[in-house]
Amino acid sequence: MKRLFAPVLMSMASIAAADTIVATGDLGLVVERAEGSLLLVDQSERAAIGRIEGLGDLSHASLVYSPDERFAFVFGRDGGLSKVDIVEQEVVARVMQAGNSIGGAISDDGTLVAVSNYEPGGVRVFDTETLEMVADIPTGSKTIGLVDAPGRRFVFTTWDEGETWIADFSAGDPAITKVVGMGANPYDALITSDGRTYITGLFGQDGLTALDLWDATPEPTPVLPGYGRGQEDLPVYKMPHLEGWAKAAGEFVLPAVGHHQVLWVDATTLEETGRTDTHGQPVFAMARPDGRQVWVNFAHPLNDTIQVIDTVSKEIVHEFKPGPAVLHMEFTPRGHEVWISVRDAGKVMIYDTQTFEKLREVEADSPSGIFFTARAHRTGL
Amino acid sequence: MRSLLVLLLVAGAAHAGGAPDPEALEHLVKQDCGSCHGLTLKGGLGPDIRPEAISHFDAETLSEVVLDGIPGTAMPPWRPLMSEAEAAWIAEYLLTGEHP
Repeated sequence: MKRLFAPVLMSMASIAAADTIVATGDLGLVVERAEGSLLLVDQSERAAIGRIEGLGDLSHASLVYSPDERFAFVFGRDGGLSKVDIVEQEVVARVMQAGNSIGGAISDDGTLVAVSNYEPGGVRVFDTETLEMVADIPTGSKTIGLVDAPGRRFVFTTWDEGETWIADFSAGDPAITKVVGMGANPYDALITSDGRTYITGLFGQDGLTALDLWDATPEPTPVLPGYGRGQEDLPVYKMPHLEGWAKAAGEFVLPAVGHHQVLWVDATTLEETGRTDTHGQPVFAMARPDGRQVWVNFAHPLNDTIQVIDTVSKEIVHEFKPGPAVLHMEFTPRGHEVWISVRDAGKVMIYDTQTFEKLREVEADSPSGIFFTARAHRTGL
Repeated sequence: MRSLLVLLLVAGAAHAGGAPDPEALEHLVKQDCGSCHGLTLKGGLGPDIRPEAISHFDAETLSEVVLDGIPGTAMPPWRPLMSEAEAAWIAEYLLTGEHP
């Protein structure tokens, strides 16, 4: 904000200079995975307003925003960590921090950015100003489910060992707490927006595991153990994501693994409250910000479809096919519209979430993740 | 049951004509195998499957891994979605890095 002050002063002499002020609150970035670029988009205009290139291998890339919504920290699959200025539309810093990465998080105070890596397995933490490394936390395992937690903490989980580590940076050097016995092959995790509950999904067994981060010594709590009992596991052609987790009307809505269902869990007791059969293996089950609807997309080969579930009745109220390879959805912060990336159509499609009417198509090159700047103010995003 | 039917319909498109469609299969390898093995196939949650990393497999074994998966791991069976000829094409493509 301070940096915008100078242009404001100058604009007193010239009204035209007001054009140089860029407000970022309704902007977003779309990952164009094939060419390693980011499309800068404007929610209000429903349009692309720029492209930022030179970000390396962006397959499975994700990003987080600085608290002022000016900078994006982009986590590339190739281990690249890039700091992008969306006002100037340029890459301002970039480091190759590992060989193979899976995601990242920014600390609650905006000073640290952490990246979880498959190779070498672990988490590396960087200064958001300079991208200099401030901590290296090897886990000896592929590391997934990295989130930020209040109190300058990061929480992450190991795929091979099934351990969750809590790295507390509140005193400078990280203090690490390890929680063992999270279960077989955790594949992703979420943290609730209050920063209290961390839930990891398991690939190696039916079930999820929760931790109460308000507890001084968090203990693994099984959630829906053996939810697929008596049913044969179906092949999983794409791992679900939990980062776009849904909490609606006091319940979590979570994708099952190897079963074509979403699972409903009471957010307080962690007991099952229902199941909804779905079109295929869910990848994202995302709540509209008001919690009234959950939108679900699916793994290959059923990835041309979206189903919308009403959270009161837990029934599917709408189903449609945006096009080939629906990879991601992002709601506007108040949920009136949703942007959907349709990779093989080369388009981002924008829908009204009340009428389900398509409002606009925006051209994009193999679009995957869509990230609106409002994420800057949400724990865990 | 309904989803199984759709699955078969989708798979049917890949089977059409019987002969493997190189462009469709290359797209599948990059995008869908790439979900776990990375777009460049150098590994992700799944292992590196570039030619040098899998040279100890013969084409037949690799083709069976594609068709039947590896039980106890995240590698799923692709038999419901492709023919044996298509799996053989993919095995050859992975081993050589080029279209057979």
